[in-house]
Amino acid sequence: MPIARTTLACAAAILAIPAVVLAGAPIGEDGARHLLARTGFGPTAAGIATHAPLDRETAVARVLATARTSAATAPPPALLSTEPLRPVNEQSSEAERKAFRQQQIREGIALRGWWMGEMLATDSPVTERMTLFWHNHFASSQQKVRVARLMYRQNVTLRAHALGDFGALLHAASKDAAMLLYLDGVRNRRGAPNENFAREVMELFTLGEGHYTERDVKEAARAFTGWSLERGTGTFVFRRLLHDPGEKSVLGRTGRFDGDEVLDLLLARPETAEHVVAKLWREFVSPEPDAAEVRRIAAEFRRSGYRIPVALSGLLATDAFWAPANRGVLVKSPVELVVGTLTSLDVAPGDMTPFALASAGMGQNLFSPPNVKGWPGGEAWIDTSTLLARKQFAESIARYDESRTMMAAGGMGARQRGGRTLAPDAAEGFPIIDVDDEPKARAQRIARALDRAFRELGFSASRWLASLPGDGPSAKRGTAQAILLPIAPAGSGIGARDEADALAFVRATLLDPAFQLK
Amino acid sequence: MNNRLPETSNAHLLTGSGEGLAAVPRLPEARAVDRRRFLAAGAAAFAYGALGTRAEVAFAAAPEGGADAARYRNLLVLVELKGGNDGLNTVVPVGDPAYARLRPKLAIARDDAIRLSDRAALHPALAPLLPAWERRELAILQGVGYPEPNLSHFRSIEIWETASRSDEMLADGWLARTFARRPAPASFAADGVVIGDNDLGPLAGGGARAIALADPEQFLRRARLASPAGERRNPALAHILKIEGDVVQAASHLDGRHAYATAFPATPFGNAVKTAARVIANDAGVAVVHLSIGSFDTHANQAPTQARLLGDLAQGLAALESALREIGRWDRTLVLTYAEFGRRPKENQSAGTDHGTASVHFALGGKVAGGFAGEAPRLDRVGDGNLPHAIDFRSVYATVLERWWSTDARSVLGGRFETLPILRG
Repeated sequence: MPIARTTLACAAAILAIPAVVLAGAPIGEDGARHLLARTGFGPTAAGIATHAPLDRETAVARVLATARTSAATAPPPALLSTEPLRPVNEQSSEAERKAFRQQQIREGIALRGWWMGEMLATDSPVTERMTLFWHNHFASSQQKVRVARLMYRQNVTLRAHALGDFGALLHAASKDAAMLLYLDGVRNRRGAPNENFAREVMELFTLGEGHYTERDVKEAARAFTGWSLERGTGTFVFRRLLHDPGEKSVLGRTGRFDGDEVLDLLLARPETAEHVVAKLWREFVSPEPDAAEVRRIAAEFRRSGYRIPVALSGLLATDAFWAPANRGVLVKSPVELVVGTLTSLDVAPGDMTPFALASAGMGQNLFSPPNVKGWPGGEAWIDTSTLLARKQFAESIARYDESRTMMAAGGMGARQRGGRTLAPDAAEGFPIIDVDDEPKARAQRIARALDRAFRELGFSASRWLASLPGDGPSAKRGTAQAILLPIAPAGSGIGARDEADALAFVRATLLDPAFQLK
Repeated sequence: MNNRLPETSNAHLLTGSGEGLAAVPRLPEARAVDRRRFLAAGAAAFAYGALGTRAEVAFAAAPEGGADAARYRNLLVLVELKGGNDGLNTVVPVGDPAYARLRPKLAIARDDAIRLSDRAALHPALAPLLPAWERRELAILQGVGYPEPNLSHFRSIEIWETASRSDEMLADGWLARTFARRPAPASFAADGVVIGDNDLGPLAGGGARAIALADPEQFLRRARLASPAGERRNPALAHILKIEGDVVQAASHLDGRHAYATAFPATPFGNAVKTAARVIANDAGVAVVHLSIGSFDTHANQAPTQARLLGDLAQGLAALESALREIGRWDRTLVLTYAEFGRRPKENQSAGTDHGTASVHFALGGKVAGGFAGEAPRLDRVGDGNLPHAIDFRSVYATVLERWWSTDARSVLGGRFETLPILRG
């Protein structure tokens, strides 16, 4: 829609107050909010205060300096198990298969809860945002991989390289067990090549569509033969007898390439850097990458030996990133919405599992992207079903505001009350999801767990508002809105009546369409 | 926070309104109806069309509400047989000697099956469909599939739902593409309603007004949280407001209380059919209703599971027919089943069947030309392998698009596919 974009740009140009920011000038509270929302999960008053006095370069450097290579929290012990993996097969009995499925579902749900908890607890939100970005880039799904432990290991690998070298990340992700299972690398053998991985590594992970031929795919697939996994441990192993050692021609180069050499050929192409930088642009800057800027940053990225922070700081230094017209133009992913809301409202649930399931209900089930392309993202996040799930999430926070639950409990502590009324359910030992549950029963079970989780949040809109900086209630509400919304409210839901009522004000702000944006 | 942009300053908080952007004209209480009429009126079509969705642009470009209303009063009911149903034990090739050989445990005895011809018989659980067959309102589509079949549930259902080639990834569902080009009239509650599933399947993607009704009461309850009024300041926000409008539009037209004399089976599928019948009873139309039943993924001990599911399916469809006759809609209803694949002709070691390829599907409705279409499976040729397809599934879609909705199939399906003679003129 070229016309649409032009019109929009004109409209934005008229509306936006030109913000001439000299190098060295502080980014201010708006700038800090924008930077933190785009590189993390929902800004906080404290984060905004810390970053506001810094100039662009220093603020970006401070965000990137938090980078971690491992998680801050410990995963559920089952995921660290070194017990031999014994996946079931066609010969297994129905009971064995069912037990296996049940165990993997259970561990998979614990894994999802753990990662969301890490996103909330980490001192480096940008590390988790990048880990999530790479999860979506090197997409693998537990639906096919099945073994939760292998999904966890992939997550560890992605985090280790999240803000490291893209080249090292590409090699590691390609040899990762979940990837070898997900894209059938383990079935790719001499004489019987499987092209699945070879195609996707070119189309999605490196070059992008149109920069390789069918022949390149076929030849590269032969180079990847022999990449396999050790039975029982899932450790990568190169099986020489299954490898095709013959000559291959890939992207105009000929040799007896193995898989690593083909990956290096892909990394040598400028298209790879451009493909990755354009995708990072859509994640962090705006829906429409600026081709010239992408080329410039991609060249620096490649020259640096694919240092991911070089690409990221390049993008975060562009005028486009800071342009007022580009505020609130990206749709939050469900994970960002959930973790960001909890972060901004300064609540930390003990168990994030129900919230991971809430995100799944909004269309982002961690460790289960829909296909190898990952979640399409952007406007595709929002359809009638997912929008209502998002609104219900906001509504539930308001519904279980402490002022209401206290009232319902006749002044008794909400927690005790919640614990007692839900005792029978707790005995079921959530998060068990039974594989035999009909979808409706499953949905109800998740809904009950979520209700309990919201109740136990102990959120209080009036207490939260009171904790924010600002002189007097009106200024504090301005702060609250600035934290929660990237742009002015889109709807007219925040009425005069709400001004008097802290809870109604927070609820209306969370239900505003602009709350879906970042 | 004093240095926020003017549009996010506290001013609007004090006035209690979101009028910060006076420069942007606001839509008059932007109900989808108003918005579309507004577009068709043309005055500000440029300004809003530019910010609008493809559907709106398409509508603005071709304002023939009357023709579209007539077209989409022809209702399509899609029934997804989740997990991949075993076609050979659904319509049994009784005349084929290879059948018993491939199915030592699972073959359905000739005397148990319901004989339709000298070569084909229905699974006994499908008896509730027999009256429709005898009235010639049931077409049996044999060998529906596609070239280079993919045996992954996830990938193959995606192929079916996006109507892509086997080696092609398309983002939008085939019905979403259809409605993006030619939306149902604004007076309709929605283009499509998906019942019992949050996955929009063939309606997923830009362009369709699709409502997922996992639970209609929950939908109506949650719909109160939506509000389409607001300033469409950028494409993302415009999209969100459009969806808010879709929710409000659907919720205001969907009254789930129509009382039918028809008794609906007390099964999950029966409940979904009941919800569907109530949605269809509303005066505001819907062009598509999507139902699902499963799981037919019967790798082990197939017989009881498939018998139960086929029984649920047949009773549910019979109830749907009865209900839609009650309200005089049966002649304008076309029911089609689909699934990601069929199952392997040769049964496995666990008295089950593994993922296969082409399978049998049903077309049912007051205007359906009953009988067989496609080709009966040739079991003598398959060995341990899978069945070739006789009908490309996109021919089924082409039939819906061209024969049921009188619209262009080629632009939706990305190629020419023959239509099937399964509808009476």
